[in-house]
Amino acid sequence: MKKAYLGIDIGSISTKGIIIDEDNSILASMYLWTEGNPIDAVKKLIHILKEQINLEAYKVVGVGTTGSARKLIGTILGANTIKNEITAHAIGTLSLYPDVRTIFEIGGQDSKIILIDDGIVIDYAMNTLCAAGTGSFLSSQSKRLGLEVEEFGPLALKSKNPTNIAARCTVFAESDLVHKAQIGHKKEDIVAGLCKAVVTNYLNNVGKGKKIYAPIVFQGGVSKNIGVIKAFENATGEKIIVDENSHLMGALGVAILAKDSDEEIEFNFDIEDITFETKGIECKRCANNCEIICIYKDKELIDSWGNKCDNGAIKVRKREKVH
Amino acid sequence: MKANCKISFPRFGNYNIAIEILMKLGLECDYIDAPLTTKKTLEIGTKYSPDFVCTPFKYQLGGYIEAIEAGANTLIQVGGPCRLGYYGELHEQILKDLGYDVKFINMAEADFAKPLTFYNEFKKINPKLNLKKVTSTLLLVVKIVDAIDKIEDFIRQNIGFEKNEGDFDLLHREFLAELRTVRTKKELNQTYKKYYTRLKNVETNKPTHPLQVGLIGEYYTIMDPYSNHYIEKELAKKGMIIKRWMNITNSFFNAPEQEIKKSIKDYAKYDMGATSMYTVKCALDYAKDGFDGIIHIKSFGCTPEIDAMPVLQRISEDYKIPIIYFSFDSQTSDVGINTRIEAFHDMIIMRKEKKK
Repeated sequence: MKKAYLGIDIGSISTKGIIIDEDNSILASMYLWTEGNPIDAVKKLIHILKEQINLEAYKVVGVGTTGSARKLIGTILGANTIKNEITAHAIGTLSLYPDVRTIFEIGGQDSKIILIDDGIVIDYAMNTLCAAGTGSFLSSQSKRLGLEVEEFGPLALKSKNPTNIAARCTVFAESDLVHKAQIGHKKEDIVAGLCKAVVTNYLNNVGKGKKIYAPIVFQGGVSKNIGVIKAFENATGEKIIVDENSHLMGALGVAILAKDSDEEIEFNFDIEDITFETKGIECKRCANNCEIICIYKDKELIDSWGNKCDNGAIKVRKREKVH
Repeated sequence: MKANCKISFPRFGNYNIAIEILMKLGLECDYIDAPLTTKKTLEIGTKYSPDFVCTPFKYQLGGYIEAIEAGANTLIQVGGPCRLGYYGELHEQILKDLGYDVKFINMAEADFAKPLTFYNEFKKINPKLNLKKVTSTLLLVVKIVDAIDKIEDFIRQNIGFEKNEGDFDLLHREFLAELRTVRTKKELNQTYKKYYTRLKNVETNKPTHPLQVGLIGEYYTIMDPYSNHYIEKELAKKGMIIKRWMNITNSFFNAPEQEIKKSIKDYAKYDMGATSMYTVKCALDYAKDGFDGIIHIKSFGCTPEIDAMPVLQRISEDYKIPIIYFSFDSQTSDVGINTRIEAFHDMIIMRKEKKK
């Protein structure tokens, strides 16, 4: 029986899963929408991954989670590795592109830049307050233009004269777009202008003050948009590398981290019948009113978090704790 | 002679102890302890503040209202080196408009170059105050602040390595409780020595070359743990030494302007106001000392600190030291902050291992 490792990246918009063997080769992978329910998304994901992998030949001995729901999903799966998405993305990308110097990552809710020198992360930044450089901005604008997100990129490439769209702020960009559409700019020009605006916003806000060296790898959901790739190439004057699995880099990274961990775990694919419930309790012990999240596995409390101080700690009895 | 006023000041780090002693002992008036800062404080403050002011304004306004509800009838504003200096008038007006009948003492009207102006401000609190008593208490209070700063400095540098989780926090709480009862220099020295020794005796397991991170940034947010989501503790818990120069003692008494200007002249020619020069100076010092990383903290929209950021980026490049920037507003979720801190920690570990 060969060993295998599961990595799951649970983002705000999509949930990605991957199973690798000891040589980091991908044995199974899947991508689906989170739809505001990470637990159900992961159950579905694991069910699909189970069908892709030969369980008679491979045994999953390590599970890693990353993305904004990493803690929740890591807890219910009893993962041996729970890692932030910045580290996971860097590790995943480095496994395929050891020479990479810059990683552009644009996801649904956030975007980040990771600078790498000699195989280690030397600097990173994440968007903080504005969504103008993210995937959800593009998808809301494509809806406004009556387009599917998938049509966006190819249409942008048709433009010979991209419309200038204010990139500083989501709200300004949106009203600028509406005005330009109303005075007769062509749709492809507006779409190309939007791609350019996303790139300008990204480079000005997330990449502000950072020196960008090639090779540049671009990933996250938005990396599937050819219009944005082209806009990045125009802005940086460099070739932009987009891996065919660019959306899976976080999951791959955390699977590798799970593999590198000293601990091995038992993992059971049959979690569909287990009910996981979360309950939010408002702590009333002070005016902070911390919202404490309790996680139940088949009605048994397995973990809780959210309290700022010990007064609000809800303790799990030792034998109940699953990991 | 006891004045008929119940005075209060919004929570700010642990410095309220010093203000309490100054008011009780020096000005001989009652002091109302403002309730601890909570989510509610910020909610109240945000509700009645103009949206575009910085978060310290909102925390303070919330703190004033909570202090009034706790029984205070006189409030102090100390002002500050940036637009904080104008906040007193605005706070006062907002509180008046809300219908609160309170006396507002705005220290920003006093002039540091003319100590007598402070006396005049104090006189508004207690017209019959005893100048000698005020002076001697002020000297004691300065020492009390120094003790708080020293003790917290020590904790910051060691709490990440405690063997028994909670030891430092417990001693810290005990120290602050005892400090509140101090009334003379002698008592202060005893308390300080006692706790300094006890802190030193806490069992730790510090590695030979632990990770070292320096904190820099805007005056209020960096010194008020609630405002920065207890970022120091979150960082330290990962097993590193945290250093922060910025505190009341250093910014008041150990900040020779000309010297600092000279030492950063390669990076900044002009003073960009408020704490910006200290921010640059500290970053440069930490970079030269070979720290593993720097964390820059400010409230959202803090102009002097925004001005300092391009300079910091140059320092980061020249000395190959990573600097991460945090901007705090009235958000209360820690998720994004924790992700960044975690990634920062991973990064500096990787860098350190590479250097070996």
